[in-house]
Amino acid sequence: MSELRTTPLTAWHAAHGAKMAPFAGWEMPIQYEGILVEHQHTRQHAGLFDICHMGEFLISGPGADAALSQAVSHNLATLKAGRCRYGFILNEQGNVLDDCIVYRFGDDDFMIVVNAACAAGDFATLRARLPESVALKDVSDETAKIDLQGPDSLDVLEALTGENFHGVPYFGFVKTTWDGASLLVSRTGYTGELGFELYVPATKALAFWEALLKDSRVKPVGLGARDTLRLESGLPLYGHELDEHHNPTEAGMGRMMTSEADYVGKAGASEVRQCLLGLEIEGRRAARNGDAVLLDGKEVGVVTSGSFAPSLGKVIAFAWVDKDAADATTFVIKAARAELKAVRAELPFYKDGTARKKLS
Amino acid sequence: MSYPADLLYSPSHEWVKIEGDEAVVGITFFAQESLGDITYVELPAVGDAVTADKEFGSVESVKAASDLISPVNGEVTAVNDALENAPEQINATPYDAWIIRVKLSGKPEGLMDAAAYEEHCKNEHH
Repeated sequence: MSELRTTPLTAWHAAHGAKMAPFAGWEMPIQYEGILVEHQHTRQHAGLFDICHMGEFLISGPGADAALSQAVSHNLATLKAGRCRYGFILNEQGNVLDDCIVYRFGDDDFMIVVNAACAAGDFATLRARLPESVALKDVSDETAKIDLQGPDSLDVLEALTGENFHGVPYFGFVKTTWDGASLLVSRTGYTGELGFELYVPATKALAFWEALLKDSRVKPVGLGARDTLRLESGLPLYGHELDEHHNPTEAGMGRMMTSEADYVGKAGASEVRQCLLGLEIEGRRAARNGDAVLLDGKEVGVVTSGSFAPSLGKVIAFAWVDKDAADATTFVIKAARAELKAVRAELPFYKDGTARKKLS
Repeated sequence: MSYPADLLYSPSHEWVKIEGDEAVVGITFFAQESLGDITYVELPAVGDAVTADKEFGSVESVKAASDLISPVNGEVTAVNDALENAPEQINATPYDAWIIRVKLSGKPEGLMDAAAYEEHCKNEHH
């Protein structure tokens, strides 16, 4: 095992009592005060997340638009400058190598944000898929990504910068500056709440982080609550709900596969063998990643994520279930210490999130 | 960290309060802090036999699950039902949020006093 990588904020986390743990090869904060407190604070006010481990690549040059349209599943034909879109890097079979967000800066000018664990592989895949005339630059080391999420996030960000971000739509972004450095404000996130993903130079990360935390509405939030927040919001996590053995249609995201480009994996991306289901579990005992899902005593699937859901007061889970069994409404989950009754649930599990809130 | 002097402690982080021929059992501050926010407690039934060093139930937190290990031999005379719907009481007040009460059969063995337990925790903290 190689050494764990650190973000510009790792020392701050350790100095402020965070429980640290390895995540995707990085030493990351799991919690500060506690997962439940941080979760609720994000739902009610604003949580601040160190997401510097994620990867950012710039893609530019003549033909970048056409070439990227073939390299990823995103429909770039309808993506305007100033907007970003969620989608996938697929393998030849149509299964998911990574999920990522593509930002359009200009006609042939993009940023793509990828998962930390997949970043090196994604870079190699994209380099191989893009012609030499298109530049692909990994700016992950010099870019800090800090997420500010929660109903108070807009007011906090406007108070700090003195700017108005009410005009930024969901999955829209603007480039501005803070304290003389570039700041990209993206109205996106992974919590289901109104919020922003903020990109600043790594050299500015600590100052920006501390400036945001001066606002009493903001608390630092670790990866523990990030996981419960995204799970309640029905958002998949690569390596759990998404992997190289399942395609986007199986993961319930067939509707967004509208690209007319002949992208890698397109032919296989709609074949359904298993379905990703949301499950609500009876009682307070959690189902966990790897637990078997049974129907009429027969194993028909596997749990990918499961947790007590703090905003719902009950246990929820995602599971891959064989297509033939996926129409059933109740299942049994073979958890480590007991068999649990599970009932299919509509996504998102938590329906009161503010992420898409219209701003006047 | 806190280590009340009137309690005895097991290596697996349960606390024991001896009251005559009964023992009250819970989990320590160290245990609840290691687990994080507790979301579920599996309790035994009144009348169940418990055996020292053997599982008598379990606790789950948002991130982890752990067996509860009995520090004593005996029979369960009461369980703290309130924990079924409010397991977070263990995080808030680990030494008040008792889990079971046991009628002892024999004198408890292999338990630590507060000073020895504090040392034990320091060693587990790396």
